[in-house]
Amino acid sequence: MSILNVRNPVEPFLRTDRIPHIWCPGCGIGTTVNCFARALIESKIDLQTLALVSGIGCTGRVAGYVKLDSFHTTHGRAIPFATGLKLANPKLNVVVYSGDGDLSAIGGNHLIHAARRNIDLKVICVNNLIYAMTGGQTAPTTPGHAITSTAPYGTFEPAFNLPHLVEAAGAVYVARWTTFHVRQLARSISEAFQKKGFSFIEVISPCPTLYQRRNRLGDGLDTMKYYKEKSKVKHGASTGEVGLTMTGEIIVGKFVDRDRPDYQSLLHAQMVESLGDRYIEPLETLCSCG
Amino acid sequence: MKADPRGVLTGTHFIDGDHACCEGALAAGARFAAGYPITPSTEIVERFAARVPTVGGSFIQMEDELAASITLQGAVWGGAKAFTVTSGPGFSLMMEHIGYAAMTETPCVFVDVQRGGPSTGLPTLPAQADMMQARWGSHGDYEIIALCPNSPQECFDLTIQAFNYAEEFRVPVMFMMDEVVGHMTEKVVIPAADQIEVVPRRHTNKSVDDYLPYATNGDQVPEMAHAGEGYNFHITGLTHDERGYPNMTPQTQDKLIRRLQRKIQDSAERIALLEEEFVDNSDVIVISYGITSRVAQRAIELARQQGLQVGKLRLITCWPFPEKRIRELVTTTKAFVVPELNLGQMVREVERAAAGKAQTFSVPHAGGSVHRPEDILKVIVEASR
Repeated sequence: MSILNVRNPVEPFLRTDRIPHIWCPGCGIGTTVNCFARALIESKIDLQTLALVSGIGCTGRVAGYVKLDSFHTTHGRAIPFATGLKLANPKLNVVVYSGDGDLSAIGGNHLIHAARRNIDLKVICVNNLIYAMTGGQTAPTTPGHAITSTAPYGTFEPAFNLPHLVEAAGAVYVARWTTFHVRQLARSISEAFQKKGFSFIEVISPCPTLYQRRNRLGDGLDTMKYYKEKSKVKHGASTGEVGLTMTGEIIVGKFVDRDRPDYQSLLHAQMVESLGDRYIEPLETLCSCG
Repeated sequence: MKADPRGVLTGTHFIDGDHACCEGALAAGARFAAGYPITPSTEIVERFAARVPTVGGSFIQMEDELAASITLQGAVWGGAKAFTVTSGPGFSLMMEHIGYAAMTETPCVFVDVQRGGPSTGLPTLPAQADMMQARWGSHGDYEIIALCPNSPQECFDLTIQAFNYAEEFRVPVMFMMDEVVGHMTEKVVIPAADQIEVVPRRHTNKSVDDYLPYATNGDQVPEMAHAGEGYNFHITGLTHDERGYPNMTPQTQDKLIRRLQRKIQDSAERIALLEEEFVDNSDVIVISYGITSRVAQRAIELARQQGLQVGKLRLITCWPFPEKRIRELVTTTKAFVVPELNLGQMVREVERAAAGKAQTFSVPHAGGSVHRPEDILKVIVEASR
């Protein structure tokens, strides 16, 4: 077999007619998509049941590259869109794939409420510590002292520790990896597919064009070296202690894996208890096709 | 197709406009609503929350109107007919998602029970001051349809019409109630399910290989698929081509935006529902909508008692504005009198369509109550001179 006939195993999951993608050299988002595709292979999930919802931003463009029912929604609102999709058709496996600014700033309210409700969504949050699409402005995740286009003298606002935030809000599965940890990340995504409820995977990812360059942190390769050297796997770590700094240690691993009833189970139980036979499952009548 | 009998509460009821709107949504086949409480609209979703679990659907109260207005669109792409309900401040927050629905051609209904504004304004009192916002509130060029009921019966009937238009044209439909119509209790007759015509989703029959999400196939409205059916379609608020793929060229923008406009404008006459009385050969025609049309009715009667030739034109559809009809009427009438619970919004459309060929008189009201018939009468008399 000639090498030209070998297909990349992730190719069937991509809209190859949209390649090349828009991401910069050294950007980590493509790496996370590769891990996502490998997790789909590994978990043998039925692709027809899978829908992917993104917000706006560099990571928001993921929806446009995956060969799935995919929705590129508005800024910050991927989670509520995904909530409607899931409630209308509970058979769907719904993945939210978006960035740190989209999910935790403009969409922060939806993030915590979806975790509180324990809606069965798999959230993949690519955290490049900055607003990249718009040119490198401060995000709620930007660590202290980092230079950004809107913090030219250094960021001084305290940053969100996203695993801590979503654990407190009620997520049943919380993990963090970097784009260096490709196998671990793919495994975490597969694991999240096995969970019922709000799952959150944070992926620390480089933005060599804006974050690394402005902060003289090197290029994509230098960032991989940093991730390799400074990451410490600590499964079950207390999320209160996994906050990030600009050059310090990155605690990675599976932090939370617990069970509590998801929104739809609670809805079902409550309606059956209150309405008995009068309750009609939404699944039976939802399709409004002629 | 006929309405699903499970959602239809056939019979004669004594209910308010908010509750009638909810029953209209259920009769139209809405099985999903996302909302956030706001006076004076909340009764609609309160009733929906109580009713929908018994007809096979669900309601979710979201954390804000930004969420509610996009959650319902997720539900539409999941296969449901869906709507949300709000009032002024919430309507302002929903604007971006009205644009998203217009751009992605997501069929859905936004109910706005109008109250006095701007800002928090008069939460429990009426206005009709969101009429321009309903048309133009989101950024960019787009078209919507807006209906204005003037009674609880119409809150039922026209909510069904709103869903039907949404499905037929794949467009967000604004259901522009006001506080008085929402809270007014009257007789509402709900017919049998087999008497209610419901427009089904324009779902594609094409195979997965042949389907393009935004190909129009000679029609102006593309066919939909739902998530989970194997079509692997892509939906974006970015300017997109027939495949649904982002395309940032002026040519693609022109083609898409003009089609979104044409699909409504080319059918504007059919969409524009009007109620007319003695409009031919009247010196003055009173143009009104919503609750104001009922006050105007009294003013018209008083004017006729004085021997004045006064016609009535009620806008049931406010958007698209029936400008062709206005252009016809300027040939036989001297003046239009336009009372509305705002400082002059739809009157601008009347004036534009009349193009100086008939005089236009505004009867403004800042909201908080309805007009006094005498105030409208005074302007009719002035316009008749």
